[in-house]
Amino acid sequence: MEENVVLTARGISMTFPGVKALDGVDLTLRKGEIHALMGENGAGKSTLIKCLTGINDFEAGEIRIDGIDGPVKNHSTRDAQNVGISTVYQEVNLCPNLSVAENLFIGREPLTKLHTIDRKSYNKRSQKIMDELGISVDVTQNLENYSLAIQQMVAIARAVDMECKVLILDEPTSSLDDDEVEKLFVLMRGLREKGVSILFVTHFLEQVYAVCDRITVLRNGGFVGEYPISELPRVKLVAAMMGKDLDDLAEIKKEQKDFSKEPMEISAKGLSHAGTVKPFDLDIHKGEVVGIGGLLGSGRSELARCIYGADKAQTGTLEVNGKQVKINQPIDAMNKGMGMLPDDRKAEGIIADLSVRENIILALQAKRGMFRQLSRAQQEEIADRYIELVQIKTASKETLIKQLSGGNQQKVILARWLATDPDFLILDEPTRGIDIGTKSEIQKLIVKLAGEGKSVLFISSEIEEMLRTCNRMVIMRDGQKVGELDHELSQESVMKAIAGGEA
Amino acid sequence: MSKKADSKKSINSNTMLLLITIALFIVLYAGGCIAYGSKGFTHFQTFLNILITNAGLICVACGMTCVMLTGGIDISVGALIAMDCMLLAVGMQKGIGAVPMIILVLLIGIVFGIFQGFLVGYLEIQPFIVSMAGMFFCRGMTAVICTDQVSITQEISPTFYAWANAKVIVPFGGYTNNKGKYMAPYVRPGVVVALIVLIAIFLILRYTKFGRSLYAVGGSESSAAMMGLNVKLIKMKAYMLSSFLCSIGGICYCLNTMAGSVSQATGLEMDAISSAVIGGTLLTGGVGNVIGSFFGVLINGTISSIVKTNGKLASSWPNILTAALLFIFIVIQSLFAVLRSRQTGKR
Repeated sequence: MEENVVLTARGISMTFPGVKALDGVDLTLRKGEIHALMGENGAGKSTLIKCLTGINDFEAGEIRIDGIDGPVKNHSTRDAQNVGISTVYQEVNLCPNLSVAENLFIGREPLTKLHTIDRKSYNKRSQKIMDELGISVDVTQNLENYSLAIQQMVAIARAVDMECKVLILDEPTSSLDDDEVEKLFVLMRGLREKGVSILFVTHFLEQVYAVCDRITVLRNGGFVGEYPISELPRVKLVAAMMGKDLDDLAEIKKEQKDFSKEPMEISAKGLSHAGTVKPFDLDIHKGEVVGIGGLLGSGRSELARCIYGADKAQTGTLEVNGKQVKINQPIDAMNKGMGMLPDDRKAEGIIADLSVRENIILALQAKRGMFRQLSRAQQEEIADRYIELVQIKTASKETLIKQLSGGNQQKVILARWLATDPDFLILDEPTRGIDIGTKSEIQKLIVKLAGEGKSVLFISSEIEEMLRTCNRMVIMRDGQKVGELDHELSQESVMKAIAGGEA
Repeated sequence: MSKKADSKKSINSNTMLLLITIALFIVLYAGGCIAYGSKGFTHFQTFLNILITNAGLICVACGMTCVMLTGGIDISVGALIAMDCMLLAVGMQKGIGAVPMIILVLLIGIVFGIFQGFLVGYLEIQPFIVSMAGMFFCRGMTAVICTDQVSITQEISPTFYAWANAKVIVPFGGYTNNKGKYMAPYVRPGVVVALIVLIAIFLILRYTKFGRSLYAVGGSESSAAMMGLNVKLIKMKAYMLSSFLCSIGGICYCLNTMAGSVSQATGLEMDAISSAVIGGTLLTGGVGNVIGSFFGVLINGTISSIVKTNGKLASSWPNILTAALLFIFIVIQSLFAVLRSRQTGKR
């Protein structure tokens, strides 16, 4: 093993039923470094971590750890801890109803001669550990009395005290505020000084550049590369994560129209939802298609959910057609002429055991209310009209929706919203997982709807697709709206905006 | 009491709940003394009688608390007691000695608990369902053993009879009756057993690895597993402990009733659960203490005792009062939970 290297993983592969989750991934951790593991959602970060910590059983490849002869294969968290790998997850894995000291020592409490727990001794040792790490807590207090940041640090303290060589931090900062993140970084830097190798997983780009020494990038379960931080500026990191090379980004020409004189359809001021979206302003004019760009997990869907009332906005105001409205839940938004096609088609979109007709009329019926039921004839007429309009390929309108292909299911949901005749449609990843032909049909439909004066908020992971359909793009990063692009829409400008920073 | 809470800053809401329970008991008991002092409620023996009547329930409530700490529940305990009593009565009737029968009953308790615990812990079946099946099984087995009421008389087992009627004199708190005779207060052996169980479980919960791991599992099962605890085994042990304590409780119960019958101890599991809840144990697990459950039992016992002493109130009144108390306690608990989450949120 190379000098200074604590852990190497080579050629790790792992398959979930139907999906290759990891395909020949390498990872090298050196002594006393903070190493970022980057990738979009679904790139395989969590799977890799689970392979290291013994939760997942990888099929190929080997993991070697400094000081241990031969490859290491962990079968449980405990195994991993025994070879010096400790993990702190996003969700604090501690018991809130026990004291801080107990959380540090549970499962390995010091015992007295009578074989009972030596409370005094572990309280004392705990206080010492916490003092050394510079965390000011009273260790005899219950953990639930402290903030999430402190809880997170207690979890780290527990991991460190178990003499770990490798500390894996899986999205530890996602529920912390800026001050708390800074405290965590101080702790992380302190641990680096002590020679601990930290594998840091986060989707906040700033944080990577604030503390990390090295970056490993994964994409779609594959290994993209390992780079020292100085050699991978933000734009290149984003390009590596998204799998685009700035050089091959061809311009896509598109006719631009000025919408600023059109009447306003949606005007949001300072909307926010704690923990998901920071306050943002957003104006959408009639007939305009606005795209939201950003990495997966940057708050794109959350912004849309906030407007639609799926996550109730906690601050700010929203105007629809120039009138201020209060939206507490989706039905309020529907009554104001909005519709939303959620990104998780299976969980939030289709009702699998209902027919195509029933799925289509669902939103319209909900809007009308329970007591004004649509007659069967009306339902059939609506179903026929929209099956024709969006060209749903189905055996009949009574076919169960679960028997349709993904693309056609998506069209049914689109039809559901079109049936309510919305003025404003939110489409969250409407083309994900559907074939090219259907994709372009849906894109055409979006453009056509806009031509009819409807406004569309369009979210997609494919920049090309948005460039083709959108008049304007909003860029999200780390839950914050960081910019808007209305002219010069190009792959390059969008990716630069997504990456942010000076690079 | 509020002053106390202020002076000690580390007092937390769980301790608060326990204090409320104890205070409530004192208020209830004092109320009983004031209202029914003339009927002898003030005598120390009245309090001891509550202990005597509820000795079995105290043991069961201790076991129930352990199970509830893990976030589970065990509703088989009432039926298990009925089966224990029936076994004891029939066994002794058949001429088997009291001691071997007691050992048998305890062993059955352990085996039954291991089985239930295995289903809950290792096969991850809902505790309610498992213990409901256990309840039906025990109640059914009781009838299989014998459908009649079987009394344990002096002829059947002189040893057991002697235990049941033994008095353990309490060296203080006696009074002289109107004939000038000193009435020494006493408890039955069952009470001594129950108090030993109470203290033992209190110490186990507080000072042993096993005890703390019950809290950990109840606090967050996944966290406990992540921290390297054997959650399945811990859960199994909790159910084993519950059934074992329940069998001890069954013996204490039998010493009071001196009989086995199919319908015995019906609904006792609910008394145990309500005692634990009134004593501050959360159904969601992770919070609770046997001392609280003990006071829960005492509160229930005091209510019945007051109603009995009154003599005119219908016997359903204790149920209604218990219902009211449960309601109040659940509301207080959730208020504390809300307050706590606000506090943590602010920091």
